[in-house]
Amino acid sequence: MTRDDGTQYDDRVGEQCHPKPAVGLRVVNARLAFSGTPLFENLSAEFAGGQWTCILGPSGVGKSTLLRMIAGLGQTDPATDIAASDGSALDQRIAWMAQQDLLLPWLSVSQNVALGNKLRGETTDRARVASLLFDVGLNERHEALPAALSGGQRQRVALARTLMEGRPVVLMDEPFSAVDAITRARLQELAARLLRGRTVLHVTHDPLEALRLGHRIHVMAGRPAQLGTVIEPPGETPRDPTDPALRELHGTLLAQLGEAAADETSNGAEQ
Amino acid sequence: MSILRPLIVFAGLLVLWQAVVSIFDVAPFILPAPLDVLTTAIARADVLAGHARITILEIILGLVFGTAFGVLSALTMAYFRPARSWILPVLVVSQAVPVFALAPILVLWFGYGMAPKVVMATLIIYFPVTAAFYDGLRRTETGWLDLAQTLGASKWAMLRQIRLPAAMPAFASGLRVAAAVAPIGAVVGEWVGSSAGLGYYMLLMNGRVQTDAMFAALFVLALVATAIYFAIDALLRHAISWQPESDPAQ
Repeated sequence: MTRDDGTQYDDRVGEQCHPKPAVGLRVVNARLAFSGTPLFENLSAEFAGGQWTCILGPSGVGKSTLLRMIAGLGQTDPATDIAASDGSALDQRIAWMAQQDLLLPWLSVSQNVALGNKLRGETTDRARVASLLFDVGLNERHEALPAALSGGQRQRVALARTLMEGRPVVLMDEPFSAVDAITRARLQELAARLLRGRTVLHVTHDPLEALRLGHRIHVMAGRPAQLGTVIEPPGETPRDPTDPALRELHGTLLAQLGEAAADETSNGAEQ
Repeated sequence: MSILRPLIVFAGLLVLWQAVVSIFDVAPFILPAPLDVLTTAIARADVLAGHARITILEIILGLVFGTAFGVLSALTMAYFRPARSWILPVLVVSQAVPVFALAPILVLWFGYGMAPKVVMATLIIYFPVTAAFYDGLRRTETGWLDLAQTLGASKWAMLRQIRLPAAMPAFASGLRVAAAVAPIGAVVGEWVGSSAGLGYYMLLMNGRVQTDAMFAALFVLALVATAIYFAIDALLRHAISWQPESDPAQ
């Protein structure tokens, strides 16, 4: 198999950490309140296995909170049921990638990639670390400390760390928002290629990013928040952002987001 | 270059000192000339070295015990909430009661040997180490902890791999303060009652109006304190070399 730039890369790595079969995700009756104000009330959603789902929405609507809830971080109301589509628990089947790279500054790049092994007291598959760093284009920087890397490179290490876990479900919380436009486009392509076949839940504030990467796109709006109807852009991901059909969808999405944001402000005014 | 400027300052002070002695014709038992102090220091190098050895040992033992108790207290406070209300008062009192006031009692309890000086140095060091390390343990970046949780880390692994290394810069600040104040504890202890050490020797020479020998001991003490501080500083810098520094003056 050849990369976009023509160099060979080892496809077995992708298969090795490839989850099969894909695990879907369902959220039933999610509830959460912040100081009396309900953020979610009976929020239910189904995320298909092996699909890349993007969640858009105005800031403060609870996108990140929903993702954290699924990741098992923070308080969860006992009524909330989050499980795999087949009803089994999601324990240790989820990888979480945040907006900040969260690299530990005292560990080298390769140690950061293998952080999960270290934390669980397992031995690290060094060959796997090496091939993942090759995949994300950081072959030369194994021993570098995070402080020596650029923002884009750091996010690549974070992506490699996420992939290292080989979890079937990947939660991404605005992972590419802190880098410049060109770096972001490259990271999107990289992620689309390396995460193919996994169940991805991707929170973003960038409609174009959602249109490039998502098989399915939801707009999250309201208080308590609900997930809007699914938009399914046609074609393989990562899509060409200059495609006129995508441009048109972009307009539709922006209009939806505008409405959602307007609701948000009027809700805020009532309180 | 970095060593040159302190040396210039030091040499300048020596010249000033010599000038004051020469111009005002100060009696040698009030202020001996730096050259006389140096001559005495060289003549009594053996005696000074013997006393310095005792003081250094007291300081280092104080640092070891103070740091050990400080680290244990900080960890206990961080992980056992009920312990906070028990340890915090001890911590505050250990700092509120001047160690000078405790010195006679400690000598009474532990005798004229090394023990009361080590206890005194330990008491002085305990507070900065505990306070700084406890603070560091509580200020771990929450994102790292969240990440560790999703990676299936045990509580122990989170402490060992995330919280402890993340608290190292704060701990280092505490230890630096400790290294700077530790000699105070040892010397105060020696003043109050002892049979050896630089503080004891200073007091002895003071009584015999051998001011030049007193200054020589003071000079050695300053040298010892500075050396200990910089040794610890270098060690800490090496241990947390990953910590990027930002110079406010830039």
